[in-house]
Amino acid sequence: MQIRISTSDGKPIYQQIVDQIKYLVAAARLDSGERLPPVRHLAEQLVVNPNTVARAYRELESDGVVVSRRGSGVFVSDGGSPLAKREQKRILNDRIDLLLAESRQMNVDLDEIIKMVRDRNSRLPQE
Amino acid sequence: MSETVIEIKNVTRTFGKTRAMIRVSLSVPKGSVFGLVGENGAGKTTLIKHVLGLLKAESGSVSVFGMNPVEEPATVLGRIGYLSEIRDMPDWMKVGDLLKYLSGFYPDWDDGFAEELRRTFELDARQKIKGLSRGQRARVGLLTALAHRPELLLLDEPSSGLDPIVRRDILAAIIRTVADEGRTVLFSSHLLDEVERVADHVAMMHSGRLIMSNTLESVLSSHRRLTLRFNEAQPDTPQLAGSLSCSGEGHEWTVICNGQMDELKQAVIDRDAQVVSDDSVSLDEIFVAHVNASTNPHRPRVGGIVT
Repeated sequence: MQIRISTSDGKPIYQQIVDQIKYLVAAARLDSGERLPPVRHLAEQLVVNPNTVARAYRELESDGVVVSRRGSGVFVSDGGSPLAKREQKRILNDRIDLLLAESRQMNVDLDEIIKMVRDRNSRLPQE
Repeated sequence: MSETVIEIKNVTRTFGKTRAMIRVSLSVPKGSVFGLVGENGAGKTTLIKHVLGLLKAESGSVSVFGMNPVEEPATVLGRIGYLSEIRDMPDWMKVGDLLKYLSGFYPDWDDGFAEELRRTFELDARQKIKGLSRGQRARVGLLTALAHRPELLLLDEPSSGLDPIVRRDILAAIIRTVADEGRTVLFSSHLLDEVERVADHVAMMHSGRLIMSNTLESVLSSHRRLTLRFNEAQPDTPQLAGSLSCSGEGHEWTVICNGQMDELKQAVIDRDAQVVSDDSVSLDEIFVAHVNASTNPHRPRVGGIVT
């Protein structure tokens, strides 16, 4: 599980962990049913206080992203959770906003952009 | 209320004309990772020496595990693991001999654990202390501080002058220590990002005074960085009530404040300015702002914001 912590941007460390695990779940890099590392291991790996990791896990649990099973650990919730869908939307919307901002600056209109997106899509290998 | 491991009450300490600690009061709760921050010469080492009973409080009182460390040194020190900033060790000894020698002082010394740490830290038992690198010396020091599984781990500037790999070892050792239920860590550092990562309580010292002590969470959440835009360009640093520090030029100025948001926002309105952004701040910026404010309490200084 790839998580990076930065102390320079002022965002609380537990929040950084929560956001990145949500991202990993939404991007399907963490599958439903997958076990998260134990608090102590992740704390040592990231070099952060164990309570910070425990707090992030509690937050993720109350958001329904993970479930904790007594004695066996913390697992990613079953797929299709509404949160994962919301998070996917949020990530894609961020990218779309960037695309739109740039195309406006370049005076390329929306129809043109949609055409370009279709065109790019048709060049990708078909699933 | 949770149990307290260290209780320092109103301690003052002078060395000749230098006041190293001025009416310092501090309590360290059991199970916490307590980060003590401040510049060189702020009084951090003096405070730690009082906890160890190496210095006697001139006035005020120090209590560790409910005992006076000066009166009951053997009992108190037996429950503390200590890594000093100056890692003075007998140069002529071999690593293995030093460990054997030290194990005699601690009834709770755990040979198996010491051996495990020696392997983790890749230390050769047959090597002489004299031939060790700086990083290896630090690892030996850390090993000897941990091998009797102390209830209280005291680290004085553990990262100072070390490369990132050894620093990581030390921080990981702190994390492992507290992950064992009920153990407490007090460490001093001037590397604030380390403190922000591993500490849950933080105290700041400046020129012998304790200028702040709280949980890391409330310290981080009570401070904000506001960027202000003035309608008129300001030739001099604006003096705003409720701000710790202020930096910038012309129309745009950035202030760091600690909780006094209402007071500050009124001052902003009075000065014909608007808040254009309101962000959380890192411990590093908070520290610099407090040092600036206490160096010059009535006039916030320009600059000094570390990003």
